[in-house]
Amino acid sequence: MAKIQLNGKKISIKSNFSLKDLLKKYNLFYKNVAIEHNGTIVPKINFKKKYLKNGDKVEVVHFIGGG
Amino acid sequence: MKRDILKVAGKSLKSRLIVGTGKYKNFSETAKAVKESGADMVTVAVRRVNILDKKKPLLTDYLNPKKIIYLPNTAGCFNSEEAVRTLRLAREMGGWKLVKLEVLGDKKTLYPNMLETIKSTKVLVKEGFKVMVYCTDDLILAKKLEDNGASAIMPLASPIGSGLGLQNKINISLIIKQSKVPVIIDAGIGTASDATIAMELGCDGVLINSAIANAKKPILMARAFKNAVISGRDSFLAGRMQKNYFASPSSPITGLI
Repeated sequence: MAKIQLNGKKISIKSNFSLKDLLKKYNLFYKNVAIEHNGTIVPKINFKKKYLKNGDKVEVVHFIGGG
Repeated sequence: MKRDILKVAGKSLKSRLIVGTGKYKNFSETAKAVKESGADMVTVAVRRVNILDKKKPLLTDYLNPKKIIYLPNTAGCFNSEEAVRTLRLAREMGGWKLVKLEVLGDKKTLYPNMLETIKSTKVLVKEGFKVMVYCTDDLILAKKLEDNGASAIMPLASPIGSGLGLQNKINISLIIKQSKVPVIIDAGIGTASDATIAMELGCDGVLINSAIANAKKPILMARAFKNAVISGRDSFLAGRMQKNYFASPSSPITGLI
């Protein structure tokens, strides 16, 4: 188990959980999103190999309506 | 008639109307209004995914970014760091290099902070972004943006979402005259005729969100804007008649009985 902060909310995840696993958990894997992991943007190709650890901060963003 | 294309940052747009996608009742209405407007380009915002609601619909499910050009914005950013961070994320999302920069300076008026805007433009241009820049109608600062590599100058007509229309035609005209990149009116347009006036002044395009989304019938207003922009552009290209102080009869005097 690890505790991380996802989009400002504290959540618990299993150990050895990758960004890809995280996206899958929230039905976002095939969606158009971008991820910032501890303040650094992670390219899509690295989602699979980027593992999360206790205390990590993850931001998942997408496009919404705007002017 | 020759096709009149708007070229901005290497993209060719058939429509000179760019529309925002905010403030609509739902995504279905957004999509219908965008379609009716005939726009090739839409602005979008970058925000956190709502992780508590897995079934929430996504904008990309209604407006296909492969079919319409997404112009990611930095709405809500009040300094250069926030704006640059947002656009780097936008670029990562879909490879978008063409972006709309807006760095705000005041929560009440949403007036641009031009110092931070120029600073951000420099950083973004250096990183390879094509930056369309929301700005004040100050011609010296508009020139500064162009000198720093802005792909389009986008002065406000009046405050964002105010619907007050073009408040400073003189400044907008001066910016148009001096600019070598497209000048697109961004913010403040209230109704279709405002867009026509902007286009008649010689603007290369207009960006509309609230005036369509907040209309009683947004989809009909989207069509009104489409026609208004075409009319204004044609009128500008055709060149208006000269104004005279006295009347000039349209019917000939010769042959009068």
